[in-house]
Amino acid sequence: MSRLGTLGARLYRGDVGYDFVGKRKIWYAVSILITITAIVGLAVRGLNMGIEFSGGAVFTTPNTSVSTSEIRHTAEQAADDHTVVVQELGRGGLRIQISEMGTKEALPVQEALAKKLDVSSNKIDTQLVGPSWGEQIASKAWQGLAIFMVLVVIYLAIAFEWRMAVAALIALIHDITITVGIYALVGFEVTPGTVIGLLTILGYSLYDTVVVFDGLKEASKDLTKQNRFTYSEVANRSLNSTLVRSINTTVVALLPVGALLFIGGGLLGAGMLNDISLSLFVGLAAGAYSSIFIATPLVADLKERDPRMKALAKRVRAKRAAAAKAEATGDRSAEEGDDGPDLEDAAAAPAGLVGQRRQPASRNRGRGRPSGKRR
Amino acid sequence: MAAPKKGRRSPGSQGRPGRALAVILIAIVALTGGMFISGHTTPRLGIDLAGGTSFTLEAKNQPGKPNAINTDNMNTAVSIIERRVNGLGVTESEVQTQGDKHIIVNIPKGMNAKQARQQVGTTAQLYFRPVTTTTASGGKTPEPTPTPTPTASGKGDKGKQGEKSGQPSGSPSASASTQGRAVPGALKADKTPTPGSSETPKGGQTKKPSAPDNQNDLAKDFAALDCTTKKGRAAAAEKAANAKPSDSIIACGQKGDAKYVLGPSKVEGTDVDDASSVFESQNASGWIVQLDFNNKGAKKFADVTGELAAKQDPQNRFAITLDGEVVSAPSVDTAITGGRATISGGFTQQSSEDLANVLSYGALPLSFDIADETTVSAALGGEQLQAGLIAGAIGMALVVLYLVIYYRGLALVAMASLGVSAILTYTIMVLLGPGIGFALNLPAVCGAIVAIGITADSFIVYFERIRDEIREGRSLRPAVERGWPRARRTILVSDFVSFLAAAVLYIVTVGKVQGFAFTLGLTTLLDVAVVFLFTKPLMSILARRPFFGNGHRWSGLDPERLGAKPPLRRRRSAAPADTKEA
Repeated sequence: MSRLGTLGARLYRGDVGYDFVGKRKIWYAVSILITITAIVGLAVRGLNMGIEFSGGAVFTTPNTSVSTSEIRHTAEQAADDHTVVVQELGRGGLRIQISEMGTKEALPVQEALAKKLDVSSNKIDTQLVGPSWGEQIASKAWQGLAIFMVLVVIYLAIAFEWRMAVAALIALIHDITITVGIYALVGFEVTPGTVIGLLTILGYSLYDTVVVFDGLKEASKDLTKQNRFTYSEVANRSLNSTLVRSINTTVVALLPVGALLFIGGGLLGAGMLNDISLSLFVGLAAGAYSSIFIATPLVADLKERDPRMKALAKRVRAKRAAAAKAEATGDRSAEEGDDGPDLEDAAAAPAGLVGQRRQPASRNRGRGRPSGKRR
Repeated sequence: MAAPKKGRRSPGSQGRPGRALAVILIAIVALTGGMFISGHTTPRLGIDLAGGTSFTLEAKNQPGKPNAINTDNMNTAVSIIERRVNGLGVTESEVQTQGDKHIIVNIPKGMNAKQARQQVGTTAQLYFRPVTTTTASGGKTPEPTPTPTPTASGKGDKGKQGEKSGQPSGSPSASASTQGRAVPGALKADKTPTPGSSETPKGGQTKKPSAPDNQNDLAKDFAALDCTTKKGRAAAAEKAANAKPSDSIIACGQKGDAKYVLGPSKVEGTDVDDASSVFESQNASGWIVQLDFNNKGAKKFADVTGELAAKQDPQNRFAITLDGEVVSAPSVDTAITGGRATISGGFTQQSSEDLANVLSYGALPLSFDIADETTVSAALGGEQLQAGLIAGAIGMALVVLYLVIYYRGLALVAMASLGVSAILTYTIMVLLGPGIGFALNLPAVCGAIVAIGITADSFIVYFERIRDEIREGRSLRPAVERGWPRARRTILVSDFVSFLAAAVLYIVTVGKVQGFAFTLGLTTLLDVAVVFLFTKPLMSILARRPFFGNGHRWSGLDPERLGAKPPLRRRRSAAPADTKEA
């Protein structure tokens, strides 16, 4: 704790900080690159849709000594033309997946398998899916996605402001694109479980973004009443001060999902648990990244276009120019820690940060302010 | 969200943490008590955890009936399916609509999935149609065939060639010979039964061709009809089932051993009063299904059989079609009065019982496709449940471990809060089982595990706030109170978004997604309750303890370790305490 806790304190006070907002172009570029890769992957490779979407059958057998190839042979024979995929599960059973097969055609296959394995057909778990069901789930999911996005944008626009709503929405789309792209590139199978995971990311990614925005909203209150920091600088500082929380949130969210993924993948081999947790894992990671590197810088970008913020930025620049001039003339202001403005980096101006937070450390504030007024 | 509560709570909250704790304690006791009183101490498990079979049926659009899929028809279908399934002796099955055009049927373990599928998926639209043309096994006979329908081929002879023979339509020549042989025997078989009622053992179906009377289309379709493959039969059945009762249709025999051109329906399944399965030993027809018509049906049936009896084979026969397939097509010698008919055709005891069951409860107003069928053995269900629980335990342990490492003493608060959250979630899930039929399925377990993160995050938000306050130089008690309003707003806003996602998911989606959304929404609400009524009051109380209040270095609130830059005075007071306890 101590190290992280101290780091947290330094981040909080602005002793250290990473200039997320200032270097936003880099991160935008990274994100655009990832997004393009994702879209290209999607276009070129497409998604590997599970049988729930294409229609087909999955049989899960109990522990058996029959080999995969034998089973494949049996299944292929029974299922004439269909593609058969046989997979060994961690617990010794087999998973036989036959795609694009009608629900009626699947029965003889089940019987053939049961005969081959010498178990009653009741012991074989089956899932038969008609192709329309997957479409149904998918179209409902899109519908849910659209409704959710509209509601969230409205809500965020009311609770915060429209710029934040827009930024959050972009971050959200960004997360989903990345997740879908990774699915396309790696070739993970898309199942209803994946869709569930993806839809959950919606909530979670926003959850994270909202917490960051909440801090930002608070930090930028009364911003126009001062002329020491621009909106971007305040945004960056607020981002840094909630960084520890963001990291903790992500870690704490990823831990159970990771456990699910581990158990789902390791113990059961495949199935719902695995599918949900995989897409959640990917999406959560993308969500944490976007709420820090994309959402807040975007807000800052949008905000800087606001005339009032433009005016503020102008005032700040003017003041800093004056301060720099004063410094150049050998004023003693440097020792007051007022060299920050030159760096255009809020992190270098701890005193200012503290003031923003209404910290009662009045001595610091007192020290900071004269230098500002001394223009 | 936060705004309305703000004014009321923040001033007094410091003074009455005990009251809030009492509220949550009472809630826990009440829920736990309710759980034991209700007699359920474990949540109801879904099919995927307990084992069983689950079907999702999708209503099909039927040509000519654009508005057939409506609430009334769906509800009728649900009650019919329910009766059918329960007619099999299953008691805990559950049938419910989902969305506009889906019906979910959950049948607990111990039931034969195949039988269930039949019961559930059969529309049971029963028609008695006069036979216009039929080809039995082979294809056409050379002789009569006045009319075109040249190719009709058909099917392999039932007994002899089975499915392998008769390649689809085409090859008239080959089939001709087969047929010649098959016919005589077949005819005999046909005629033997049918004194009062008519029946044809399936085998006897082999009919004679003779195929006059073809409207061109029908004839062409008939010629092309291939009943030898399952696919061909399924396609034909679907088409026939969707045709209007007043149209002529072409249809396959159920076993693929004959095909028919059938006239408009004369008597319908709705005219059947009751159906029962009977073992008929007299003429060795084995299991048959006996139909009792209502008055109207009896009269119609008498009329039509009277008419048919005067005709020549095959036009003296009527076909009993069930969902577009010909179950049997007996010939009629005399008018059958008395309002009773039988269907025969190679039934086993079970298949005759199933058919009788289906017919007694009537036809579904809609036809359904099985969109999804999942059978989970009890073994796999148990395994999945176990895996889910293990994953939950590991996830919880990892979160706790992380919290302990990072927040030290504060982790106790987090753990207690998580514990309270878990108890509330569990008891509510148990009570919702009998209450609203909530069944815990795998996605729901997943949702609960994911929720650990969301719940724990609320504590993190609050703890970080408190730490921020301490970093600004406050001592713990004011920090706990001052940090709260801001943390509260963040928690509410973010939980609201999370809840919104869950609610939209729940309302919009179908199937398993709903279970997930439900748990997520429930745990999000509980999270708010726990943070407000438990975590915060607990913090207020603990802040008075010297261990936390003085910022012991294991408390997770040690100002020095947090890098607080407090006024000198305060720092001094903290330092001695630190050394003392260390």
